[in-house]
Amino acid sequence: MTDTAHYEALGVPQDASADDIKRAYRKMARKYHPDVNPSPEADTKFKAAAAAYDILGDPEKRAAYDRYGAAWDQDRPDPGQDTRWQGGYAFDERDINPEMFRDFFAQRYGAGGMRQDQHVRFEITLEDAIAGARHTLTLQLPQIDAAGRMTLMTRNVDLQVPKGILPGQQLRLQGLAKDGGDLFVEIAIKPHPVYRIVGRDLYVNLPVAPWEAALGGKVKMPTPGGAVDLTIPADAKHGQKLRLRGRGLPGAQQGDLYAELHIVNPPKLSGKARDLYQQLAREQRFNPRAKLGV
Amino acid sequence: MKKAKPHNARIDVIETLSLTELMVFCDANADWVVTLVDHGVVTPITRTDAEWEFTPAHIARARKAARLMRDLGLNVAGVALVLDLIEERDALTRKLALMDV
Repeated sequence: MTDTAHYEALGVPQDASADDIKRAYRKMARKYHPDVNPSPEADTKFKAAAAAYDILGDPEKRAAYDRYGAAWDQDRPDPGQDTRWQGGYAFDERDINPEMFRDFFAQRYGAGGMRQDQHVRFEITLEDAIAGARHTLTLQLPQIDAAGRMTLMTRNVDLQVPKGILPGQQLRLQGLAKDGGDLFVEIAIKPHPVYRIVGRDLYVNLPVAPWEAALGGKVKMPTPGGAVDLTIPADAKHGQKLRLRGRGLPGAQQGDLYAELHIVNPPKLSGKARDLYQQLAREQRFNPRAKLGV
Repeated sequence: MKKAKPHNARIDVIETLSLTELMVFCDANADWVVTLVDHGVVTPITRTDAEWEFTPAHIARARKAARLMRDLGLNVAGVALVLDLIEERDALTRKLALMDV
């Protein structure tokens, strides 16, 4: 019985050379790496390619896979078999263990016997970041069972996300990883349809009608705490930023909320509006293209 | 040795990491971190005692750099360029998404 799933994941034929496999993996990795390509399909494709390359990139594992298929790493009277496969692909982020980083730990802790930290990434909403939230994190931990096989154990962890957390910030849950290591949770914030986050500040694009920008006055604007009235100065410009102090992400240094004005025309002018515009066109001497020399 | 508590573990928000802590965090050695600093991938803040400290944004960047170097076979100069371009792209994508409305 032959299993070709790993070859398919890399898009190479079964007789592909080692170089072709490496090239195919690198190409897939560039395109679908979760740090480069944020789409969920990319994550799946990258994990499949990485799992495939883990086996096909190693001549011994590849030979075993060609012979035994998916069950290539099952117990067999085969001395010298590599049982060190990480099995970490079930995580959002795999443990980092390239050879180049190995020597440091070998020196510090001696080979083996060291406490292993685990890293996962967790996405929350902007609302959660502002108000704090409680979530249940479902982890899949690799376990070696009595027969020496790798199995995945599901474990739920209570995660209290503190108020005012920023994207990229790490939470440490002490002793929750394998063998008493720490579990690190990197917080990501889902893109919000209204606000964008810059440091602790929030930005919102605020559409205004041409006459609102020209005359100034109060307009309604959204804030994470609910709608407020914003006073627009007269002669406001497109792209002008207005600051609402302390309405950004909470924290020791409370962030601000910025409204960026975007002048928007009505989709269709009524007859009356058209007359008024025509009157304006007759009476106004304003050349918006003066800087272009025309 | 810390005790493992099954469910309600203590949660700390990491404010900064020292050089040694960042090395453990990224499973890397000091030379690697120094090279990242040399290429401007991460920038430490220096306290009066000349000890480096890394803020959350830089901690996240260092880890991302480690992942990209491992998975894409990049060197530090390459990863520095990639991270800058990804940040630029993300900023532009966010802007575009808002303009489309």
